[in-house]
Amino acid sequence: MLAFIIKRFVQSLVVMLVVGLIAFVMFRFVGDPVDQMVGLETSIEDRERLREVLGLNARLPMQYWNFISSAAQGDFGTSYQFKRPVADMLGDRLPATLELALVSAIFALCAGIPMGVFTALYKDSVLTKLFQAVSLVGISLPTFLIGILLIYVFSVQLQWLPSFGRGEVVDIAGWSTGLLTSSGLKALILPAITLGLFQMTLIMRLVRSEMMEILRSDFIKFARARGLTPRAVHFGHALKNTMIPVITITGLQLGSIIAFAIITETVFQWPGIGLMFLQAVQDVDVPIMAAYLLMIAFLFVFINLIVDILYVVVDPRIHIEKA
Amino acid sequence: MPMNKETGRKMSLIVRILDSDIWYSFTRSKVTMIAALITFLIFASALFAPIISPHNPFDLASLSLMDSLLPPAWSAEGDPNYLLGTDDQGRDVLSTILYGSRISLAVGLVSVAFAAVLGITLGLIAGYMGGRVDAIIMRIADVQLSFPAILIALLIAGTVNALADGMDRERSAFTVLIISIGLSFWVQYARTVRSSTLVERNKEYVQAARLIGLHPFLIMLRHVLPNVMGPVLVIATINLALAVITEATLSFLGVGIPGTQPSLGTMIRTGNDFLFSGEWWITLFPGAMLAILVLAVNLLGDWLRDALNPKLR
Amino acid sequence: MSKFGRFLAASALMGAFATSAMAEKSFDYAFQGSLKSLDPYTLRETFTLGILTNVYEGLIKRGPNLEILPGLADSWEVIEPTRWRFHLRKGVKFHNGNDFTAEDVVFSAERLNSEGSDMKGRVPSDATFEIVDDYTVDFILASPNPILHYEWELWSIIDKDWAETNDSVRVTSASDTAETPISMMANGTGPFKITEHTAGVNTKFEANENWWNWENREFNIDKVNFTSISADATRVAALLSGEMDMVYPVPTQDIKRINSSSTLAALTGPELRTIFLGMDQRRDELLNSSVKGKNPFKDIRVRQAFFHAINAEAISSRIMRKQAAPSALMISPFLFDNADQFERLAYDPDKAKALLTEAGYPDGFEIRIDCPNDRYVNDESICQAVAAMMAKVGIKVNVNAQPKAQYFAKILASGGYETSFYLLGWTPGSLDSHNIFANLYGCRDDAGKGGMFNIGGYCNPEVDALAKEILVENDAAKRLDLVTQAYKIVTDEVGYLPLHQQGLAWGVSKDVSVAQRADNVLRFEHITKN
Repeated sequence: MLAFIIKRFVQSLVVMLVVGLIAFVMFRFVGDPVDQMVGLETSIEDRERLREVLGLNARLPMQYWNFISSAAQGDFGTSYQFKRPVADMLGDRLPATLELALVSAIFALCAGIPMGVFTALYKDSVLTKLFQAVSLVGISLPTFLIGILLIYVFSVQLQWLPSFGRGEVVDIAGWSTGLLTSSGLKALILPAITLGLFQMTLIMRLVRSEMMEILRSDFIKFARARGLTPRAVHFGHALKNTMIPVITITGLQLGSIIAFAIITETVFQWPGIGLMFLQAVQDVDVPIMAAYLLMIAFLFVFINLIVDILYVVVDPRIHIEKA
Repeated sequence: MPMNKETGRKMSLIVRILDSDIWYSFTRSKVTMIAALITFLIFASALFAPIISPHNPFDLASLSLMDSLLPPAWSAEGDPNYLLGTDDQGRDVLSTILYGSRISLAVGLVSVAFAAVLGITLGLIAGYMGGRVDAIIMRIADVQLSFPAILIALLIAGTVNALADGMDRERSAFTVLIISIGLSFWVQYARTVRSSTLVERNKEYVQAARLIGLHPFLIMLRHVLPNVMGPVLVIATINLALAVITEATLSFLGVGIPGTQPSLGTMIRTGNDFLFSGEWWITLFPGAMLAILVLAVNLLGDWLRDALNPKLR
Repeated sequence: MSKFGRFLAASALMGAFATSAMAEKSFDYAFQGSLKSLDPYTLRETFTLGILTNVYEGLIKRGPNLEILPGLADSWEVIEPTRWRFHLRKGVKFHNGNDFTAEDVVFSAERLNSEGSDMKGRVPSDATFEIVDDYTVDFILASPNPILHYEWELWSIIDKDWAETNDSVRVTSASDTAETPISMMANGTGPFKITEHTAGVNTKFEANENWWNWENREFNIDKVNFTSISADATRVAALLSGEMDMVYPVPTQDIKRINSSSTLAALTGPELRTIFLGMDQRRDELLNSSVKGKNPFKDIRVRQAFFHAINAEAISSRIMRKQAAPSALMISPFLFDNADQFERLAYDPDKAKALLTEAGYPDGFEIRIDCPNDRYVNDESICQAVAAMMAKVGIKVNVNAQPKAQYFAKILASGGYETSFYLLGWTPGSLDSHNIFANLYGCRDDAGKGGMFNIGGYCNPEVDALAKEILVENDAAKRLDLVTQAYKIVTDEVGYLPLHQQGLAWGVSKDVSVAQRADNVLRFEHITKN
């Protein structure tokens, strides 16, 4: 078992290093960092000196090695634009993104599961048709348009909810949270819905199809035959069994929620890492870009690894050799 | 039903699609039939856009700034020449939607095809070779999943533009979209094909093929492909819808098709800026077109998945 | 947030509770860009420098109409052509209570030209300084310079003692591994203090009751909250929803919507930036063009034809929705007194065609235009409109619109001036014509020595000679005459195709009054709120 984990971990690490190298090569083409760091009128000599100081004149493998070796020690370099250590900046901005991702995942689950169950149980109800239509809207319009439309309705027209930012945040042991103030909670609503709508649709459809499959299975038929109430059958047996794939998928989706937060954070000016990354791309802030990509990749590989390990632990039929 | 289940197993894909069960479920679902009709209409109008659209929005010499920002024909200031109004450059919105859906569909179809070919090939190789090759491909797949299309596109946009500097902006943007959308979709195909290949690999006919000197890989291709075509088709349909949406999203991030030959996504992005200023037709009509297209394709995908899933029949 | 920021946030929060009894006036505003480092010497960019002048101050100050006013210097005189004497204001204190003296000026001047500073040259690097007494300082120049102090409003004076005790003598550099204190906190002499700063997100200010001009202050606000909102639609929404007292820039199309609201107004005015098209007149063969073996832009008739083909009025009225003034010159008429002597070549597609035929291109040719898509107001739309106008005279223009990072990396000296036709905007930093002749019209070599931003490589030694005279001419009337002569030459030769001065548009709540400056700088000291 331990050997399997180590092997998987090493494999993932190698692939990440290669991906990192490819990304590093690509950074060259995103633009010239120096142009973005100085004013338009700065002389060519000063620009050249800056390039030298930043190590941009070093050969690419050398730059990559420098990055990787210091990243291994937790040092991601200094942001070209902010002149601050990138690790600090990620630390400052991560809470905003994680809170947004978490709340939208909870929203997706809390709305998606009941809707999925309902549509599976009452296939011909009018409400089912309505739920399905609403859920399809969630995947038929681009996220940014949904965000703008929500802002238009709830901020501009009704003036109920804020159109940007996190509201008041409270600092608890270095973690800035918007969950404890009323303005912080209000500010979360629109971005969380925008970000979670796609996942909600996904979960609803997953629950529905799993549920429909399980309701046809023999063991549900036996349960019914045993005279259990429909309630006990549906929620005690059927729903419980659909939960395993739902939780797996949600876990796996957490990574893509964080990545998709780029769009939502841009539309709502949410001060998280996604917005920081997008601005880093625009400003060619290579240290931030590199650290962000590395972090996302690590997060994802980590989640994947855990899911795989859980499978092996839970289901003895899967042989380690094959996995 | 006239067809016999025994022979059906060995039949080619097309015949299987027309298998009575599926056809039956198609004719039974009104929603599916409407979705199919709409999809067909949109594809046809995109294909024949140069013939049916009243103007050619891609012909710069025909544009006049003085005709810009006209509202739809039925409103007071509208011009009957421009049924759905004009955008900020004086392009006819209706014609641009027709031409734009052509580009959006092209992006969707080509990138899905790219993803499918790449995924099927890698899945076959991984499943057949096993061992280290399998491990490497599947680890790449893991990492790939962590880089959604938007990240890939942001990274490769600069690279493609720099490497293909002489290229038209339209063509290089198209390339960026195909590669980045395609790269983010291949994993699903690879996983499906790989698991199916793992099952087939140890069957006797593969061993037998090796004995008579046929390359087992070719055998696998012939036997595995038909088995996975159902799920692949389902994935492809849903991916097509997703690809069209992703293209729109990418254009919001500035890496989509440029404004001189706009896609639906580009139109929505530019129109987005006019939402508060009252020129709603620039974004609302393309938005509606996009939503209808994606909705119809998704409904088709849903139906296909249910129809091909024997457990739900 | 750093520990420092957290401490400030905590104290600001307590402060808010303590004073909530008094009616506090807070001014909330949003801008497109963000404030990154607080070190006033790390980035020469108008927004960053402009917002910091509310906290730091320069020796001079510019008023709402950009007129030069005394700042930290009470007065100044040119004793000899190369010796300027500045008399400093007495009784000025930095936010930490330190006195402002001549030592701080000399320290700041030296820091300005030190390694890592992006403000080099704002004080000539070969200048020397003499402290006459605590409140008098002399600047000794190598050559006369009548506009020495023009850019000094945005040159912030830093407290020497404070910088030394806080490890902030050196300019914050990108290769630093730990942040320098001065990039996270500020200690100026200005009317506002920074109480909280989250880099790239928001910054909070508080009025400085110890400001030297407190008794005569115009403003009545106690707090200012700045937030960066980069997405246009979100920024406008924040104003429409009443969350913001002011946002800028407002996209041209949303001006009408803002004006139609009963509580809001769009404040518009001409900006100093000139938007123009540049043509490659240096290469022997154009990049990305159908013409091989020669460069059509070297022929003045082709340049004239391009000028005649462009309908700047239509761009101004349709694309810019009247928020732009078509321009005949590469400088705003506000910065050049004889601007009314110049006129644009008329919009005349037939004449353009005739000129092209005469030059040997009866069927036109194909060329690519490079264009940013996130830098200037409606930049990409302008390029598209130009392409449509050129199509009408037979020139096929392919629009290559890119994000500014990739655009500038390619077209500037560092990218080898990789463009043959491009759109650019320019504001002379010194607010003076010499800047235009030196940067945009000065002859250059391939490495960019000379007119560094003369991307098209226009070159006329006569203009260069005039520019040199303009630089050292101390007599205003003679100087204006020289400037006019130089503009005559460059417009006759159609060195560039100027389009317009783009407009400024601020969306403001009717409850507040602000002074809109043509350089797009917002000074808090002119803000009042009902």
